[in-house]
Amino acid sequence: MLAWAVIRPRGWPEAVAAVPAAVILIAAGAIPAGAAGAEARRLGPVVGFLIAILVLAHLCDDDGLFRACGAWLARSADGRPRRLLALVFVTAAVTTAVLSLDTTVVLLTPVVFATAARLQMRSRPHVYACTHLANSASLLLPVSNLTNLLAFAASGLAFGRFAALMALPWLAVIGIEYAVFGRFFASDLGPVPPAPRDSRAEQAALPVFTVVVVALTLAGFVIASAAGVSPAWAALAGATVLAARALARRRATPLSLLRAADLPFGLFVLGLGIVVQAVVGNGLGRALMPLVPAGTSLPALLAIAALAAALANVCNNLPAVLVLLPLTAASGAGAVLAMLLGVNIGPNLTYTGSLATLLWRRTLRSHGEAPDLGEFTRLGLLTGPAGLVIAVLALWAGLRVLGG
Amino acid sequence: MIWVREGTWRATVDAALSLGPAQARFTVLHVTSAAAADAAQGAYLGLLGRGGRDPSARFDELAAAAAADLLAAAARRLGRPCERLEIQDHSERAVVAASARADLLIVARDGDRSRLGPKSLGRATRFVVDHAACPVLLVWPEAAPDVGTMPPPPHHPHPSGR
Repeated sequence: MLAWAVIRPRGWPEAVAAVPAAVILIAAGAIPAGAAGAEARRLGPVVGFLIAILVLAHLCDDDGLFRACGAWLARSADGRPRRLLALVFVTAAVTTAVLSLDTTVVLLTPVVFATAARLQMRSRPHVYACTHLANSASLLLPVSNLTNLLAFAASGLAFGRFAALMALPWLAVIGIEYAVFGRFFASDLGPVPPAPRDSRAEQAALPVFTVVVVALTLAGFVIASAAGVSPAWAALAGATVLAARALARRRATPLSLLRAADLPFGLFVLGLGIVVQAVVGNGLGRALMPLVPAGTSLPALLAIAALAAALANVCNNLPAVLVLLPLTAASGAGAVLAMLLGVNIGPNLTYTGSLATLLWRRTLRSHGEAPDLGEFTRLGLLTGPAGLVIAVLALWAGLRVLGG
Repeated sequence: MIWVREGTWRATVDAALSLGPAQARFTVLHVTSAAAADAAQGAYLGLLGRGGRDPSARFDELAAAAAADLLAAAARRLGRPCERLEIQDHSERAVVAASARADLLIVARDGDRSRLGPKSLGRATRFVVDHAACPVLLVWPEAAPDVGTMPPPPHHPHPSGR
C-alpha cells in the first residue's frame, strides 16, 4: 500500500491516488475514523505552514530574488569554477535552510545551471551541488524540509532550540560535501578564461524589500515560537505581505498564488499520513519497533539515523518520517533529530531520493537515454555515509552541551 | 575534428590553426551530456507529491543555447569555414563515435593539472585517448609545463654497482 502510494503516475497530482486510498482504508476499517481525523488535524497545520513557505518562495522568485542570485554568482565567481562552486554551496545551503528544499530544487537549480552555462563553465558540479545540498543542507531549520516540519510539530522543541541543535550537524555535513565535491569534480573545476560579459544579465538588482520581508519572517519564526505561538503564523504573515504587494503591483493574480500554494500537494500529504497510520497500526509499527533503539546514547542515535536513511532510500523520506516519528518520539527530541538526519541526508544515495522513485523513473526514461547512475551513486556513497556519521556525532555533541 | 569543451576550447582551436594544413576541412564538435538535467529531474522527482514545474524542462533549452554559443565562438576563433556538430549524449562515447572517420581529433587535456601523473588526465579525456579510432592530438589548455615538472626517476634500491 505504501509503495502503491509512492509510485503513482507522475504528471497527475499524487492526491488523486492518496486521498481515495485513505478513504478506502477508513471505509475498510483499517484505521478508525477518529484516528484518521486526529491524524488529519495533526498534519493540517504542518501542511499549512509548508504551503505558506512555498508561496513565500514563489513570490521571492517573482520579485527576481533568484535572478539577482544568478547575477551575483556570475559576478563574484570571477571566472574561477572553484569559486563558483563555493558560492553555489553558500547560496544553496542558505536557500534550502530558509526557503525549504523545494525552492532549491525548483527555483535555484535552473538559475545555477544557466549561470554556469553563461560563464562557459561545466555545469555538472554546480548542479549536483544544488541537488545534494537540497537534501543535506535541509537540516538547519524546521522550515527547511517537510520532514523537519512534521518532526518539529511532534518533538515539542522551540524553533530556536531546533536550529541550535541542528546548526553543528548542518555545518558538518556541508563541510563534508564541499570537501568531497572539490576532489570528485577536480577535472571539471580547472580555471577557465573569462567568458564575454553579459551586462544585461549581470545587472539584475537585489530585491531589497523581498529580502527584508524574508529576514523578518525568519526572525518571526524564532520570536513566535519562543512566545508559544505557532511559527506558521510568521510564515503566513510574510507570504501575505509579499502577496499583497505582488497583487497591488499586478505581478501576481489570485490564480497564480493559488497555483503556487499547490493545494493538491497538501491533500496528498494528508492522504499519505492516514495511509501510513493505517499501515503502521496494522503491523509495520510492531515490526519496526525492535529495530528502533531507545535512548539517546551515541550508538542509539547512530542506529536511528541509519535506519531512517535506509527506510528513506527504500520508499521516500516523507513516508519514512511518518512511520518513524511515533517510534522515535518516545525517546525524546534527540532521537527525533537523529531520525531527521537519516531521512534528510539519506536520499542523496539514490539520486531520485528513493529506490521506488528510481525504479519508476527507469521505466519512464523521459530523456530517451539511461541516466548515468554510476557517477551520482559514487558521489552519494562518498558523501552520504560519512556525512551521516559526522552529523550524528555533531548532534550528539550538541545534545551533551545544550542538553537533550 | 576539434572537440570543444567548456573552459578548454580555445587551446584546441588554436592548435588546429597552428598545425592544420591550409586545405584542411575542420569540424567543430560539442557534446552536451544530459547528466545535469538528469540530476535536477531526479531531485525534483525526489520531492514526493509536489506539483509545479519540473526544473529540468528549462535545462535542454538553456543547454542548447549555451552549446550553440560555444560552437559559434569556436568557429569565430577558427576564422575558417568549418562544420559545426552538436551531439546530445554521454560525451566521451559520442566523441569516439563521431571522430571515427576523422584524419585527426584535437582534444584538450582536462583533469587536475596541478599534480601531473597517470591520473591527471580526466575521465572523459582518458576514455577518448584510450578508445579513439583515429589519431589524437592532445594539447594543453594553457602553456605546456616545463620539463622540470617531471618527477625524479624512480629510485633503484640495488644500483648496478658501476
